[in-house]
Formats: sequence, C-alpha cells, structure tokens
Amino acid sequence: MSQITQLPPSGIDQADINPKAADIAVAGQWKLFWLKFVKHRVAVLSLFVVLFLYLVAALADFIAPYDPNQTNARFTYAPPQALGLLLDGQFDPHVTGLSMTLNTESMRREFAPDPENPVRVGFFVPSAPYTLLGFIPMQHKLIGPVEAGPMTSMYLFGADRLGRDIFSRVVHGARISLSIGLVGVFMSLVLGVTIGGISGFFGGVVDTVIQRVIEFLRSIPTIPLWMGLAAAIPLSWPPLQTYFVITLIVSLIGWTSLAREVRGRFLSLRNEDFVIAARLDGMSEIGIIFHHLVPSFMSHIIATLTLAIPSMILAETALSFLGIGLQPPIVSWGTLLQEAQNIRAVSQAPWLLFTPAAAIVISVLSLNFLGDGLRDAADPYEAHT
Amino acid sequence: MSATTDKDLVLSVRNLKVEFPTRTGLIKAVDDVSFDLHRGKTLCVVGESGSGKSVSARAILQIVDRPGRIVGGSMVLSRADGTSVDLAKLNPRGGEIRAIRGREIAMIFQEPMSSLSPIHRIGEQIGEALRIHFNTPKAERRARVIELLEQVEIPRPHEAIDRYTFEFSGGMRQRVMIAMALACNPSMLIADEPTTALDVTTQAEILALIKRLQTQHGMAVMFITHDMGVVAEIADDVLVMYRGKVMEHGPVEQIFHAPKSDYTAMLIGSVVKLESKAEGRQGRVAPQMAPKSLLEVRDLSLTFGNGLKAVDSVSLTVMPGETLGIVGESGSGKTTMGRCLLRVYDPQHGIMNFRRADGTVIDLRTAQGEDLKSARREIRMIFQDPVGSLNPRKRVADIIGEPLKLAGLARGRELDERVAALMAQVGLDPAWRERYPHAFSGGQRQRIGIARAIAVKPRLIVADEATSALDVSLRSQMLDLMMQLQDEMGLSFIFISHDMSVIRYMCDRVAVMYRGQIVETGTTEAVTGSPQHAYTQALLSAIPNPDPRDRRLDARVRYQEALS
Repeated sequence: MSQITQLPPSGIDQADINPKAADIAVAGQWKLFWLKFVKHRVAVLSLFVVLFLYLVAALADFIAPYDPNQTNARFTYAPPQALGLLLDGQFDPHVTGLSMTLNTESMRREFAPDPENPVRVGFFVPSAPYTLLGFIPMQHKLIGPVEAGPMTSMYLFGADRLGRDIFSRVVHGARISLSIGLVGVFMSLVLGVTIGGISGFFGGVVDTVIQRVIEFLRSIPTIPLWMGLAAAIPLSWPPLQTYFVITLIVSLIGWTSLAREVRGRFLSLRNEDFVIAARLDGMSEIGIIFHHLVPSFMSHIIATLTLAIPSMILAETALSFLGIGLQPPIVSWGTLLQEAQNIRAVSQAPWLLFTPAAAIVISVLSLNFLGDGLRDAADPYEAHT
Repeated sequence: MSATTDKDLVLSVRNLKVEFPTRTGLIKAVDDVSFDLHRGKTLCVVGESGSGKSVSARAILQIVDRPGRIVGGSMVLSRADGTSVDLAKLNPRGGEIRAIRGREIAMIFQEPMSSLSPIHRIGEQIGEALRIHFNTPKAERRARVIELLEQVEIPRPHEAIDRYTFEFSGGMRQRVMIAMALACNPSMLIADEPTTALDVTTQAEILALIKRLQTQHGMAVMFITHDMGVVAEIADDVLVMYRGKVMEHGPVEQIFHAPKSDYTAMLIGSVVKLESKAEGRQGRVAPQMAPKSLLEVRDLSLTFGNGLKAVDSVSLTVMPGETLGIVGESGSGKTTMGRCLLRVYDPQHGIMNFRRADGTVIDLRTAQGEDLKSARREIRMIFQDPVGSLNPRKRVADIIGEPLKLAGLARGRELDERVAALMAQVGLDPAWRERYPHAFSGGQRQRIGIARAIAVKPRLIVADEATSALDVSLRSQMLDLMMQLQDEMGLSFIFISHDMSVIRYMCDRVAVMYRGQIVETGTTEAVTGSPQHAYTQALLSAIPNPDPRDRRLDARVRYQEALS
C-alpha cells in the first residue's frame, strides 16, 4: 500500500487514536459511568439534595429541636416563626415571639407576632441526654431556644393541634419515609434479580410461568390490594413490626418491573457476540453470568432502583394518608399528612399540609432526577462506540 | 471540467462548510467543499467512514443532524426556467426549502429497512410527496404511483401499491424509496449509500435501475458511496473526500488512472490489491486432498424452530494448512454453518469429523462436555462485529487472556507475558493492555479479536465476515495479518464472506453457498475464473469492477431465482 505522507493516518492503523484521552483509554465502566453522570447537572444537584435529606434523616435526633411527640397545650396551632439572625444590628439569632389571646367566641387560640419579646435561639444548646445513631451519647441539639421551657416557643414550621413542633416531626418523619423506600427497594432488588434472572436464564416454560405471574400481579389495582393487605395487620402489633409488614406490602409490586428489566437484559446479552465468545472460550454458564452478564447490567439495575425509591415513598405516604399504613404515634410524612386531612386544619393551619408535602415533593423530585441521570449514564459505551 | 454547458448546471456548491460544535471542540465535518452537478450526469462522492460525505449531501437539503450547522459557502440551485436560489441562505424550517425537498431535489437513504414507515401502505408513502407539493387528487395520485412502481420494476404494481413495507425484501424496499424520490420528477437525486445494505446481486439491479431512470428523466445524481467498485461502474465525475476535505475532484477516468492525490492512489490501490490473489499466495498450491483431512463435514443440516432450513445437507472438507472460503449472500446460511462448526447452534443431522492434534477423530456434532470444550480450543472463531464481540467492561489484557486462563494454560506473570506476546504478534502495542476496547479503532479491535482466537494455539479458525465491518484500506492489512499467522502457526482457516474479492485474495479453495446449500466448490482460480453454476456466474458478474474502462455490470448475467 502506498504510504500517505502529509495526511493524518487513515489507512494506517497503528495510530494512537486520541492521545488526549489517555486516561479515558484505561477507564473502566464505573469511571465512564461517573464521567457521563456528572455531565447531567440537575442529576448531580439532586444527588447532593438526596444525600442531604438522608443525612438529616440519620441525624434527626440532633437536628430536631424537640421530641416529635412532645406536646405543649399553650401553643396549639401556633404559626411558623421566622428565624432572624440580626437583632439591633448585632448577631443574635432569634425568632419573633408570639403573643397569644384566647378568642372566647370561637374558642381558638389566636397568635400575633410580638416583636418586643424575641425568643433567643442558640446553636448546640444543651438538652436532655439522648444517643445519636443509637450509640453516640449526646447532650446537645443543633438548634433550640436558649431558655427552654413551656412558655417559650420556637416553631420554625409551626405547631399542630397538640402543640407539637412540625419541624421536628418532619425531620423525624424523614427517617421512616426515606428508609421505607430503601428497605422496600432492597427487597424488590432481591426478589426482582432472583426471579428475573431465573426467568431470563432458563427461558421456556419457567419464563412463561413467571411472566404470566408478573402480568397478573401488575394487573391488580395497587391501592385496593394494599388496603386489603394492610387491613389484615392486627392493630395490636408493635409499630416496628407494622413498619416491616408495610414495607413488604409496598415492595410486593415493585419487584415486578425490576424482574422484567433483569430478564430483558439477560435475553439481549445472551446473544451478544462477546458472550458467545466467552462460551467458546470454555467458560461455564455460571461464570458467564457473573463475569459478563451481571457487570453488564449492574449499572442499569442501580438506575432502576433509584427510580423505584420515590414510588415506594409515595406508596407509603398514600397508605398512611388513607389511615391503613403506619399509625400514630409513628411519625412519617404520611402520618403527618393524615393530620392535615380535615378542612379545618388546612384553613386554620396550612403549615400542617405544606411542610410534609414539600418534604415529599422535594425528595421524590430529586430522587427522580438522580435516577434519570443514572439511567442516562448506565450505558456509557453508546457514545464511545 | 466536463463538456456540459451552463444550461445543464443544476447545483453549484461553493466553499461549503459544516461544523459540529461539541463538548470537546469544533468538528469541521465539511471543510471548504465545492462541486457542480449537471443534468444527466452522476457525481460520486467517495470516502471512508467519517469523511463528511453524507453530511455534505444532507447539507444540500438542510437536514444536517443537530448540533451541526452550515457556517459558510453557497449552494445555488438553478432551475429550468432560468431562476436560481441559494439553498444555504434558506431557513431550514421554512416553506421555501420544504418546497424544494422532494420536488426539486429528492434523496434516497442507506437503510431501506428504516427509511420507510412500517404503518403506511407503500402507495400512500409514495403518493405523499404528490399530495404535499401538487395537491394531486386521489385517483390521479394512485394512477401516478402505479406508473412509478412500474418504472422501478416492482412486479404486479396494482397489488403492490396496497402492501406494507414489511412484505418487501431489502432490494424491493430500495426500489420503493426510488419510486418515492421520483414521484415529483426532481431535477436532482441524492443517493446516500443506497446499495451498501444490499447484497451484491441486488446492488447491481439497483445501480442499473438508477442509471436507467437517470437517462429517462435527465436527472443530476449525487451518489455517495465508500465502494470504489461502484464508483468505477457509474460515475461521470468523482469527488474524493477525507476528514471533511476534498482530496481530489475530477472525471472518473482521471481519478482511477491518473490520480493526483496520494490519498486517492491509496484508496484505489487497496481496492485493486484485492482484485487479485495475495502476493504470498500466488504460487501456493492448494494442499492436496490427502486422506488425512483436518475437518470433514458430511450432510450437515440445521432446521430452526420456525421451520427455516438454514443449513441443508452441507458437505465440505478442510485440509491442514488450507484456507477454505465460503461465499454467499445474506440469508444463504453461511454464518449459521460456521457457527454450527463450533456448536453455537446444534445441527440436527450429519457428521463433523475433526482430527485432533493427537490424531484421534471426534465428531463435533455429538461431542459433549469435556470433549467439546477441548475441541473448541483447537477450533476458534473470529467475529464479524469488532464492537459487539469484545466485552466493553473488560480490559484488553483480560479479553485476550480469558481463553488462556480458562484453559488453565497460564496464570500470573506468565499470563501477562503471553498476552503481551500475543498483542505484539497481531500488531498491537503491548503497553496498551490495560486499556478498554473503547480506546481502540475498528481495525485494532479486530486485531484484539484475532489475538483472542489464536491465544490457545488453535489449528482451525472460523473467520465470520472478519473484514466486512472495516474500511477498505484496512481490509487487506487484516487479511495479510491472518495469512502471516497462518504461515507462522500452520493454521487452517474457514473464511466466511459475502465479498468475493477478499475470498479471492486469501483463499485456496472456495465453496459457494446459496439458500443453505453449497452449489459449487473448487479452487479459487477455477470458481472465480470459470464458474460452473448459474448462481456463481450471476454472483461474479454482479461484482463492480474498479476500472471505469471496463464496466462489468453492463454485461452481467441474472440468476432467475435470485431475483425473487
């Protein structure tokens, strides 16, 4: 072949195709996955939001100024108090005080801002001893009134009909609501990967039976199914046990879509040339599954899982809102919304509705965006091939 | 440049520039390209993948994919009534360019499978342009569509007009596309690799059809291709492109017989090289039909679950050190046959006797377990698709080392050294072994595939279309590498291809497959020189000849069954 002198090499195949991309050349799938993910700006932002939310849930005891079940009869339906940082030109964190009058006609407590009596707020204020994360003994809270007592009020997001602090309740509710998504998704993962894997690997009759079962499960309207199952939980069960059964119920449907995803990947990958090549190399079927198939769809699974968490959160919220999921005194976003079910509460104290709803919307949205970004990055080879 | 007058000028492109702004920088897909198109003349735009030839064509109709945009130059379309318009200045979404698309300039695409809508009858699709541009009444439209179908030689046009796309073969779909393009009597036709996805005999039909219609309608044709053979058969003028730039522009005669640019010379050289047997193989005598054949296949048959008889009583013999070519068009069963040899598929009938290194004979069709596993170490496979055959999540060292590790032949440092040696043997830098497949070009990936195949020192390699995904300039390199390995390692090859030229370049003997059966076997010289079977004759005569002085397609023979 005649050599080309002036031109960059084309016919000559020796060239290092892109010297700039030397580090890309040795980048494995997870690195490429990450590089593609960080290009999705909204997803990266969502990742930080999600991490922040889970951090809040984990440190709920420290962040929440009050015990979520602590009542205060003086401050029923107290409105939100804005946090101010400057007082008389000096740094002095405070909330505007509340002056309460009892309206004898309507028998309601009416609150008005009382700028004359600001409530001083401190960081790392001492509190009753508690254990953080179950093993760190603590005696301070992140934020709280400097002079704590039944007469001082610091309700950042308002108080409910028993004078419980909504902020503390939402922070504590995050624990249940966010973790139920994780636990439910984990159970879906186990069920989905096992059943979907069996379905895709064995094929034939097994596949047909499993697929028909999945179709059957998906055809059942979810809310009535959950209601039926939830109604079967004895009221006498301890809260923790109820919690796990509810998780089981919400993940009952979740695994089906995951099983389909896994089966689909199995079927499409089984006919890829590189899988045939591995078989011809003498690799056993189990070896092929764990060396070639599982790594190939792992990133897809993670993306699908992330997208499944919000639906779990919404399922728990829906169940609890209907009064058939978690029951008070357990604090979850769903049970908080349950408090806001009547029109009186909404008209008189809209913060009962908006605070937990905002928490749900923010977490579901950010998890969805995060899942979207992960899904787009799940196959980093499309652009490179 | 040519003897045509300005009256015949249809389109004049000057200094066209198309750029794609990307994250990593500006890609100049088309950089300062100029050419003219004349009535009744064919301009072939030729280049390898990524040369910008398709983008230039799409720029004319303002259908460049985002984020590409035309940043400079003019494209003046001259009409028969003396008016003219600069296409580059039109709004890509405006009414003016839409009135030109399909009516004055029509385009046909590479993939006949995806460029037609599956949910509309073909009559509606062809008639759509008439409805949009002329608002032709329904009855008149139908009559015109039937006339068009007749022109593109679709059998029984009265019935065909009401059929759906899936009822047609690839060649027939491309005819439908052409009928669609002709609907409004355009003055110019852009054909973007219209025959690349087709078999060689179908390609010859489509080329002849385009030529005939061009003469009838007096269209200017801009024909984009990467195949120098096709260029030689149909072009009047040729534009050679490389990386967005024009390398050479001139009459076809000059391009082929007095190329001015080194790049053109290289392109033509690599095609002409494949027109004859490899230098290293010219004097070689085909290994004699000794009683000790390496592989003997008798009456092999495979019927798929849907009743398709993919392999039908195939018998063939491979001698030690021999290269047997299997040639056939798509659907002939050649790939299935090759995969049967490695038991990717399980054939139902026949014998595949393979002589092992220790002299024992094993029937591969019935071999099981450990026997099959060890036989697969002696028979290896090279795949067609250099992308799909390498797991993108594995390092090159792991891919090449996998068969060694699984066979228990090497581990640890020894494995490293063996992999490095194999990479050097196939012409890859061993320093690249930590890289992943995405860092390699198509040709390099195919070398990785070859290294994996030879890692366990096999005796027979089944190469399934091993060069068809590569640019023509790389093909002969890959074939030379395989022949060099054959000489070094005493390998036998079964070389499966649809491309007669690579078979002729490399193979000692050749078997021609047609619809699951082998219709002719013989030495490569005998089969290519004086084919006996009518199908082989048709196949050979349909191959474009890369010499404009000797256009072979004009004198091609048709095989009646191949037309159905």
